[in-house]
Amino acid sequence: MSSIRILFIASAAALAVAGCASTKLAEKPAPVVEESKPPPAPAPAPAPPPVARVEAPPPQPVDLLNDPNSVLAKRSVYFDFDKSLIRAEFQPLIEAHGRYMVEHVARQIRIEGNCDERGGREYNLALGQRRADAVRERMELVGVTATRIETISFGKEKPKTLGHDEKAWAENRRADVVYR
Amino acid sequence: MNRPKAGCLGPYNPPPMPKTRARPSLVDSLVLLVGLAAAAASGPTRAQMTVEITGVGSQQYPIAVASFKTEGNAPQDVAAIVRADLTRCGQFRMVDAGDSAFAEDERVDLAQWRARGADTLVVGSVAHLADGRFDVRFRLYDNVKNAQLDGLAYVAPADELRLTAHRIADRIYEKLTGDKGVFATRIAYVVEFSKTGYELQIADADGANSQTALRSREPIISPTWSPDGTLLSYVSFETHKPVVYVHTLATGTRSAVANFKGSNSAPAFSPDGKTLAVVLTKDGNSEIYLIGVDGTNPRRLTVNDAIDTEPYFSTDGAWIYFTSDRGGSPQIYRMPAAGGEAQRMTFNGDYNISPRVSPDGRLLAYVSRRNDLFQIEVLDIGLAQELTVTDTVKDEAPTFAPNGRLLLYATEVGGRGILALASTDGRARARITGPNGDIREPSWGPFAK
Repeated sequence: MSSIRILFIASAAALAVAGCASTKLAEKPAPVVEESKPPPAPAPAPAPPPVARVEAPPPQPVDLLNDPNSVLAKRSVYFDFDKSLIRAEFQPLIEAHGRYMVEHVARQIRIEGNCDERGGREYNLALGQRRADAVRERMELVGVTATRIETISFGKEKPKTLGHDEKAWAENRRADVVYR
Repeated sequence: MNRPKAGCLGPYNPPPMPKTRARPSLVDSLVLLVGLAAAAASGPTRAQMTVEITGVGSQQYPIAVASFKTEGNAPQDVAAIVRADLTRCGQFRMVDAGDSAFAEDERVDLAQWRARGADTLVVGSVAHLADGRFDVRFRLYDNVKNAQLDGLAYVAPADELRLTAHRIADRIYEKLTGDKGVFATRIAYVVEFSKTGYELQIADADGANSQTALRSREPIISPTWSPDGTLLSYVSFETHKPVVYVHTLATGTRSAVANFKGSNSAPAFSPDGKTLAVVLTKDGNSEIYLIGVDGTNPRRLTVNDAIDTEPYFSTDGAWIYFTSDRGGSPQIYRMPAAGGEAQRMTFNGDYNISPRVSPDGRLLAYVSRRNDLFQIEVLDIGLAQELTVTDTVKDEAPTFAPNGRLLLYATEVGGRGILALASTDGRARARITGPNGDIREPSWGPFAK
């Protein structure tokens, strides 16, 4: 989360009075608002001295999310132009994430819809939302409860690839699964 | 330039000076204060935007604007700003006024100006006062009727000379066309300097005097003015999702007014300024809601499986125009502002988005995709006649001037995002290019009351 810092830009508050003219001076200039990063978190307290273990801990199950060879390493679903239909090739991917969510009930995800650069910004925002929602609906079929998923859209505002050809557009017509 | 003033001692004796000093009405001062507070000079002077005229109106008033007689060092060339304003709107043809400057109280030979092809003439003076301010006077003459049409004096500090010039242009425009001028109004727009550098800026209607209201590392879209010009609402992605903010220009304070689960976007103020129409996805897909300007009391207006977005109120508050793909492709619809049955407005093409209604409710402007070109269409709602008003092909986000005569919109030329103007009859056109960055998402502010 970003914190908001308000920068009051040097106030040339020339508060002249307008006499009998039709004009009056501004009282003060508007500050520029700057959206900025929060201050860094304080450094963690020094770690306590190590404690000798009598027994080795039980082996932790490997989280498949961190396994680059798992299907779960893939997090993007791609779409056709102006479409939000899930192509058959992406159904196993979405269902794998859905099953993972069912097995890991503490997990929350956000699905972020994206569009290529063609067309209006707000309509693309709605189209990206529809893509994210299409992925969510597929996960709900696997058994993930809707409250654990937030679907949002970046529309065409945050393209992954900056080109202006079909290759770039295809890369940007996408919904990303983001674990939180 | 001290050439002999050939026309200045003719037989015509100007009528006695009416000295119509505009009274500093309270409303006047308040709105101006807001406008300028928003305009706070932040940092060094920016490189100015440039305006290129690419089309002119079908009917043009031939007018000469003589250089203003200037005493002392004026930081702005008032006559040049007046000329640029009148030229940009496409309704005036500038007759070369030569190099001579005529004082506002000088006698001028109007017949001679008429012989040069100018039906009207503007002369004026700028004088530096002892207190540092400037006394600016102008007269508008009808060279055909041999009569004065207007005459006014202003006192302005140096940093309001540009605004004063715009107000003079507004007076001239209104005297000659009967419509209110929009040169002293302001516009908001977004500049993308990089993928991590976005600014919401406010500028004079000619793109000059730009000021930054918000700077962010994340995108900003859909800025829109409150009807009184004191607030902007917009969508910011600063928390990595679309959230609707309301921003008070005079103070720079801002708050998230729609930050629900899902996406929050497409704000539009109701004509009374108390309500926002927004698009939320908290209950399903993109649906239109009304909320208080403070973010309270959300009420859902649309209920269906289709996309409903880009709400925009008609000025009389009766209708909300919006984009929906309920019929299979995105088209413009309208519904009663309290909700109710929607009526489809566009029927040509399979992609019509971003509706804006003219202030008189007569015209509907929108973006239409035809043969892969995105252009601005203007529909005469009563006559059901549609006109393509732009010559650019990647158009977005039309916004009406408050007098309804011009549309400002975003487009792309030579790979750069720029703003462009088109008259609603499609004749007059101009392009406004910034010094750097991609400019987009314009919103034309209200009249300064």
